[in-house]
Amino acid sequence: MTTSEPLTGLTVTKLCCVRGERQVFRDLSFHVAPGDMLSLVGPNGSGKSSLLRQLAGLLEVTDGEINLDGAGEDQTVADVVLYAGHLDAVKAPLRVSENLSFWAAFYGVSATQVEPALEAFSLGHLGHLPAGVLSAGQKRRLGLSRLALIDRPLWLLDEPTVSLDTASIAALGDLMRSHLKTGGSIIAATHVDLGLEGTRVLDLSSNGGASL
Amino acid sequence: MAWSIHTYANPTRFMNFSAIVLPYVWALAGAGIGIGLYLSFFVAPPDYQQGDSVRIMFVHVPSAWLSQFGYGIMVVSSIVALIFRHPLADVAAKSAAPIGAVFTFLALVAGGLWGKPMWGTYWVWDARTTSTLVLLFIYLGYMALWAMIEDPNRAARVAAVLAIVGAVNLPIIRFSVDWWNTLHQPASVFRLDGPTIHSSLLWPLFVVALGFTFFFIGVLMVRMRAEILRRKVRTLQMQQAAA
Amino acid sequence: MNAFFALVQREVRLATRVGGGGGMAVFFFLIVLSIVPFGIGPDLNLLTRIAPGMLWVALLLSALLTLDRLFQADQEDGTLDLLVLAPQPLELTVLAKAVSHWLTTGLPLVIAAPILGLMLNLPLDGMLPLMGAMLIGSPALSLLGAVGAALSVGVRRGGLLISLLVLPFYVPVLIFGVSASRAALVAVPGDLGGQSLALLGAVSLASLVVGPVGGAAALRVAVK
Repeated sequence: MTTSEPLTGLTVTKLCCVRGERQVFRDLSFHVAPGDMLSLVGPNGSGKSSLLRQLAGLLEVTDGEINLDGAGEDQTVADVVLYAGHLDAVKAPLRVSENLSFWAAFYGVSATQVEPALEAFSLGHLGHLPAGVLSAGQKRRLGLSRLALIDRPLWLLDEPTVSLDTASIAALGDLMRSHLKTGGSIIAATHVDLGLEGTRVLDLSSNGGASL
Repeated sequence: MAWSIHTYANPTRFMNFSAIVLPYVWALAGAGIGIGLYLSFFVAPPDYQQGDSVRIMFVHVPSAWLSQFGYGIMVVSSIVALIFRHPLADVAAKSAAPIGAVFTFLALVAGGLWGKPMWGTYWVWDARTTSTLVLLFIYLGYMALWAMIEDPNRAARVAAVLAIVGAVNLPIIRFSVDWWNTLHQPASVFRLDGPTIHSSLLWPLFVVALGFTFFFIGVLMVRMRAEILRRKVRTLQMQQAAA
Repeated sequence: MNAFFALVQREVRLATRVGGGGGMAVFFFLIVLSIVPFGIGPDLNLLTRIAPGMLWVALLLSALLTLDRLFQADQEDGTLDLLVLAPQPLELTVLAKAVSHWLTTGLPLVIAAPILGLMLNLPLDGMLPLMGAMLIGSPALSLLGAVGAALSVGVRRGGLLISLLVLPFYVPVLIFGVSASRAALVAVPGDLGGQSLALLGAVSLASLVVGPVGGAAALRVAVK
């Protein structure tokens, strides 16, 4: 239902975003192909988070179009994206492994994938602890381990490196690199250089009509 | 020997001390309840009016006593916790609350079972029952407060304030309930505190109450030990997460 | 269906663990009903007469109490976005939420009701019909409540708003519920008790459709 057909790309045409009364950006056009990494940059309020939410279908598209190239008739953006916002979606009373097992079951992933996904961010030995005792960085890692758990071609990451230490940033970089190698695409708003070759940059600061 | 209020406030010391004392407390509780029940079932005579159902009193009255005793422990511990910042006092207050609540509930249930043959109904809104019910609610509120605040230090201080405010308010509540009750004057209710208790019932009652009290203290110690261990586990988990 | 049960299991776990507030609704139910005699006096005959109505009103209010966290807690920690984006139809997700709410709030309230019935001098013969009616009617409270909870996601002081939004929709449940519960106590003409029970069931069944569909529609708007 989700990854059966490979996505050949994402095309955004003349996308506009209006929040409240303010126009955040307009006439934004770009294309993302499999294996592409697109880095969103721009000052606060330039619309990085808004763009990511629009792409995920979590924010109204005021004008313009988002097209999935090669997607099936009934496939929507929500079927192909994995969104990681600045909130971790971690429940403190649940154990670390319970947190991830839930997402596995909810997204139809086999329970055997939970352990390797925790290991991707070196959380395997903490699986039995309640998530409430984790530090902010560890919670973030737990949230990001969904990337290793759920197989989706397009990742939308909103400041994924916040509160991560250097080792975890490296782990995230590795995970992203292997995702790109296997034909996945990533659009990420981040200030940190993750050392990914061929990263394209989309600058949203030229508010009027950034394009690539 | 330098003894200070902090001597037994040390959790480790309390763990050692309670491990030694607990068997004796259980023995006293068992003896008190055992002997007391024997006396109340086989020695105490049935009441000339109520017959054998008067024996429910041997559960009802000690439970009612412990519902007050438990709140007393909570209040004293809370005051100590607020003023002296004892590490153990808030553990004691937290641990006493569910036990007190259970005995309050038991007092109400036993009262109801006693009331059925006497009044023909399980529940009557008389002053004493109603005040006990309000006490149960204060216990439950106190426990809910503990349950809803995650940080134990903050929970302890807030809960201590509630316990003390409750203690100040209890007499006022009691008075208002009495006043409410006389206002409505229910139709000829047989009062529990009406006739004086015959001395042949008094002795067994005293022994049962003593046994119940030791039982309370025993459970309190077990709960305090559990709470101390729970906090240790939490600390260890945090250390493990940080390692 | 795995996703459905996974969500129900998680919700029940969260409600029963420390800080989940699992017992709060029952506690509220107890205290609200215990306050009533202070207002109207301890006259047992009077209490018997008003008991079914009071029990139902208290049930409604207690069910409301835990609704505000139904989606709000998930919205605050980012879970809601991921629930909306999941492959499971959002209607089923809302249904799972309503089922969890019923399991952790409605069902405990129904079980607690006989104790309160005793205190309000409800005759023992009236207990089973009361519990039966509550069992049939209470799912509607969670299902309709889910719509209100979804509508007020992200609204400040949403808890207050939910009460205002949802209570009017609870009116049919109250009317048929009380009518079904009273029929066992006082002689009523014809088969009024059976009729009201059937109508109560109809309200619950209708809510089974309205709740998930309405809730999902509201959530789609709320996350955007």
